[in-house]
Amino acid sequence: MRPVRAGRFAAGLGALLVLALAAGVLAGPAFLRPGEVLGALLGRGDPAAIAIVWSLRLPRAALGLLVGGVLAVSGASLQVLVRNPLADPYLLGLSGGAGLGAVLAIAAGVASPWALPAAAFCGALLAMAAVYRLAVVAGGALDGRVLVLAGVVVGSFAGALVGGILSVTEAQGARSAMLWLMGGLGGAGWVAVAALAAYSLPALAVLFAEARGLDLLALGEEPAQHLGADVARTKRRVYVAASLLAAAAVAAAGIVGFVGLVVPHAVRMMRGHDHRGLLPAAFAAGGALLVLADAAARTAFAPVELPVGVVTALIGVPVFAFLLRRWTARSSS
Amino acid sequence: MDGPLFELTRATVRYAPGAAPSLDGASFAVSPGECVALVGPNGAGKTTALRALLGLARLESGTASVEGRPAGAWPRHELARAVGVVVQREEPVFPATVEEAVAMGRYPHLGRWRAFAAADREAVARAMEAADVAALRGRWVGTLSGGEWQRVRVARALAQEPRALVLDEPTASLDLRHEMELLELVATLVRERRLAAIIVSHHLNLAARFADGLVLLHRGRVAAAGPPESVLEAGRREGVFGWPVAVHRLPDGAVQLYPERRGAAPGGSS
Repeated sequence: MRPVRAGRFAAGLGALLVLALAAGVLAGPAFLRPGEVLGALLGRGDPAAIAIVWSLRLPRAALGLLVGGVLAVSGASLQVLVRNPLADPYLLGLSGGAGLGAVLAIAAGVASPWALPAAAFCGALLAMAAVYRLAVVAGGALDGRVLVLAGVVVGSFAGALVGGILSVTEAQGARSAMLWLMGGLGGAGWVAVAALAAYSLPALAVLFAEARGLDLLALGEEPAQHLGADVARTKRRVYVAASLLAAAAVAAAGIVGFVGLVVPHAVRMMRGHDHRGLLPAAFAAGGALLVLADAAARTAFAPVELPVGVVTALIGVPVFAFLLRRWTARSSS
Repeated sequence: MDGPLFELTRATVRYAPGAAPSLDGASFAVSPGECVALVGPNGAGKTTALRALLGLARLESGTASVEGRPAGAWPRHELARAVGVVVQREEPVFPATVEEAVAMGRYPHLGRWRAFAAADREAVARAMEAADVAALRGRWVGTLSGGEWQRVRVARALAQEPRALVLDEPTASLDLRHEMELLELVATLVRERRLAAIIVSHHLNLAARFADGLVLLHRGRVAAAGPPESVLEAGRREGVFGWPVAVHRLPDGAVQLYPERRGAAPGGSS
C-alpha cells in the first residue's frame, strides 16, 4: 500500500540521523581523525580536541538537529492549517516576520538568547495575521495559492524592513546580523541549544497532541467537525504552536528556508499522512537534513563557511519548483 | 432509547441580525429506525435545519436536540459517536487509501492518544463490508468513481458506530445506478440497525421513494411533514415547488411528482 513499510522507514531514519550526527562532529576547519573525535566524545585524548568537539561541534550539531526538526514540524502542521501542501514557515512569511521581530529586538539592545525568541514570536504571529488578511481579501474564501503569494509578499516586506533597520544601525553589527539572517548555525553554543529546546518543546508537545486533529482537519473543516474535531480550537493551537516553532528556529539560526517544505513532503510520500507518525518522523528527518546541510556548508568552501540557509535554498528551490508543477497540474485538472 | 433521536422545536435561525430568518419556527422529529428526507426548493432552509440539529447553527429561539440533549451542548467527539455525517463536498488535502479513510471514522472513539485496537480494526472491516467497499481497501480515494467515494464516506460514518446517519445531498453527482445503490444501502442500514437517518435532497421523487417520511421546507418553515404522499400533495396544493405539478402513484405504491409542461392540461391523470 505505502511505498515504504513503517519498520524499514524508522530504521532508515535512524541510520540517517546517525550519519548526520557523525558528519556534524567530523566536519570542521580543524582536522580531527574519527578516532580522535570518538575519544574526545568520551572525554579522552587531546584537551584541544575535547574542547573543539564538546563546545563547538556537538552544540552545533544539536542546534542543527533542533532547528531542522522544529522547522519540519512547523511546516508539516502549517500545510494542514492553510490547506496547501506547499506551505512552509519561510514561504508563508512567518520566518521573515520572526526575523523582523528579532532584528527589532537586537536594534533595541535586547540580544539575550532567551528574549530573542519571544520578540521573533511576536513578529511571526503578526506576519501570519497579515498573510491571512491578504489572502482572504484577495479571494473572498481562503485560497491556498493566494496564501502562498501573500506569504512571499509579507516575507519580502519584512525582509526590506530588516534591511532598512540594519543599514541605519551601527555598521559593525550589521554584517553579522546579515549573516545570521541568511541562516547559520555559527553562533551555536549550549545556551542557544537550551533556549531553543525550552521554547520549542511545549509547542512540539501541543502539535503532537493535536496530531489526530490535524488528520481530520486535512479532510476539510466540515467533515473534521463531524468526526469529532473541535476545529476552531485545533486551528488556534496549530497557528500559535507552529508560529512559535518558526520563531524559535529563526531566533536560534536565522532564516533557513525550505526545510519545512521539503522534509514533510518527502516523509508524507514515504510514510503517509498520519500525523502521529508523520510529526516525529519529520522532526528526525528535518534535523538530520539540516545537520548534513550544515556539514556541507562548512566543508564546501573551507575555511570559508556558507550560511546553511544558502544550502537549504539550493536544495529546496528545485524541489519546490517540481512540487509546484505537480500540484498545479493536479488541481487544475 | 425512547423518544426521537433528532428533534427540532419551533427553531428559528437568523444568520445576520435584521436579515430574513433562514429557519423560521421549524419543528420536526426523527426517531430510531426512521428515515426522514428533508426536501424543499433551494434556499428553503434544509442545510440550516441540519446545521441546527448538528449543533453548528445558533438558534435565535426554539430548541434543537439530539437524544434529548441540546445539540449545541454535545462535545464534538461525543456527538461524532452518536451521529455519522456524510457532507456534500469534501476535498482532502492529502491522498489516502480507502482503508485509511474509513479508519478515520474511529477517531471519535480513540480520542487523542489511544492506539487502534483489535475492536477498532474490526469495526472498520465491518463498516467497509456493510458499505461494499472492502474490495477497494487498498485503492487511493482520488482514483475512485463518484459512487465509490460516496460509499467510502458512508463506510467511514458507519465506522463511527453511530446511532444516526445524516446525508447531505448524497446522490447529487451520481448516475442512476449509483444513486439507487446508495439509497438502498441507507434504507437497509436504517431497517437492520434501527438507525435514525436524515437525508437532505432536492430529488423529491427519490426522497418519496426511500424515506418513511418527508419534511417539506419552504422559506424556512415546515410547509408539510408526514408520509410522502400527503406531503407531496400538500406541497402541490400550496404551490411550494414554484411550478405546476401532478402527483402520481406507482404500481408499487410509492408516489411520484410529475412537473407539468407549460400549456398542458392541468391535473393528474391516474
